[in-house]
Amino acid sequence: MKKTGIQKLLIANRGEIAVRIIRAARDLGIATVVVHSDADTESRAVQMADETVNIGPPMAAKSYLSIDAILTAAKETGADAIHPGYGFLAENAGFADAVAAAGLVFVGPDGNTIRLMGDKAAARAEAEKANVPTVPGSDGVIKDMDAAAEIAEEIGFPVMIKAAAGGGGRGIRVAHDAAEFRELAPQASSEAAATFGDGGIYIEKVIERARHIEVQILGDGENVVHFFERECSLQRRRQKVWEEAPSVALNDRVRDELYRSAVALAKAVHYKGAGTIEYLYDDETESFYFIEMNTRIQVEHPVTEMICGFDLVAEMILIAGGTKMGVTQQTIRRTGHSIEVRLNAEDPANNFMPFPGIVGNLLTPDGPGVRFDHMLYPGYAVPPFYDSLLGKLIVWAEDRDRALLRLKRALDELQIEGLPTTAPLFQALLESEELQQSAVHTRWLEPWLENNLDLIKQKGAQTHE
Amino acid sequence: MSKHEVKSPIPGTFYRKPAPDQAAYREVGDTVTKGETIGLVEVMKTFHEVKADADGTIADFPVSDGEPVMAGQVIAELN
Repeated sequence: MKKTGIQKLLIANRGEIAVRIIRAARDLGIATVVVHSDADTESRAVQMADETVNIGPPMAAKSYLSIDAILTAAKETGADAIHPGYGFLAENAGFADAVAAAGLVFVGPDGNTIRLMGDKAAARAEAEKANVPTVPGSDGVIKDMDAAAEIAEEIGFPVMIKAAAGGGGRGIRVAHDAAEFRELAPQASSEAAATFGDGGIYIEKVIERARHIEVQILGDGENVVHFFERECSLQRRRQKVWEEAPSVALNDRVRDELYRSAVALAKAVHYKGAGTIEYLYDDETESFYFIEMNTRIQVEHPVTEMICGFDLVAEMILIAGGTKMGVTQQTIRRTGHSIEVRLNAEDPANNFMPFPGIVGNLLTPDGPGVRFDHMLYPGYAVPPFYDSLLGKLIVWAEDRDRALLRLKRALDELQIEGLPTTAPLFQALLESEELQQSAVHTRWLEPWLENNLDLIKQKGAQTHE
Repeated sequence: MSKHEVKSPIPGTFYRKPAPDQAAYREVGDTVTKGETIGLVEVMKTFHEVKADADGTIADFPVSDGEPVMAGQVIAELN
């Protein structure tokens, strides 16, 4: 059995990822503490954890984002490590610093690495240093609008204007010509200043019809290994809705270069923990470009676990506890194909209107090759204060065609009564020939949704019969 | 004159301002006409405008800015 220095792990998160982390900790023989808000007293994670601490009111700013409340809870319960999950404080360098300053283990990279990769312009510069290709764009942050307009002209329109301090697709604008750029760039800068406290912007060329490809890596501060790629091209409002591994768009030469670049970048920053290097991939030129690095476990990590037979969350806990990475690149193999779909409490037939309802009868899919990471139980009242992700349905099969069939089977088995979910969207998507052939890109889904609203409605009506 | 109650159609977090650094949509004593936005309710990270469903003068906001609301809870009283 692997030994780790961690005895009691505090989980500073909620929802399905809190459940997921409790399971990984328990598999390692580690006790768990879950912190929660007033709105989450009945959550599945709270029911499962060994200990729980109420850290404040529903509003995340006063509970899940309160560094003081979380550190106090860790002290009171004698936890020696904190796992931030994703979202909330997961990529907050100040939090990682504060955890370390309190003498506790932060499950993730140190504050300086988070800070470096969280500044998109600095991350881009770091990537260039490691010879990782980046999207043509400005060298670093721009503050002078005239200089910015000149750079945009040189790169060629359309260009993306991004907030240097932003994340998760927020604060992004697309300018199609110089006039639009002159109008949008100052807006982006002042919005970035208001939202992130930093008005710095940078510019990137828009790659039409790009795929979103990302490489999962794991490092122990010295060695870095990769766990192949995921494709997450199906996005709505820049939020991923469907992820798979591997990507059928890549050939072996591209794969090799992609993995090598991801490992090189992670090694250059002495990366410790689980991380993801995100790229845009252009089918036509077979070129990939670094966009950003996520210094945390991601929502879509299970598709990698399914093709590699590996528990990434357990591994990141072990590494944080001081265990040298036991796995070498040669021992990491992939087999088959995995697909994950995100089930949100939203009505896809009604402009994805969020619906915090009460879960009625619940039938969850299982059987060969099916995994359902979720936080549901009959009678659970979904709180309105947080994001709408209820869970993730993940399937594995020998190849992509059979994974698609298995996803259909699993979705047919799934019944969540009491509230609309995005399940009908995926049932409708499975009928798309383009999706069946993976002829997709990051801007494929939104127009498809507009053209297939009736099909989604029909799928929704069938599940409610 | 009897009071008219403006209720939140959805559960979530009630805000009286369009953004943290901006002024409130309306203050107590202001007159409003039907259809005017008087607040926002954030539900699962999306924002929905709450509009006055009658003409009147705002007598009270029973819910403070940034407080949780239930669907059907009164967020403003009009005279």
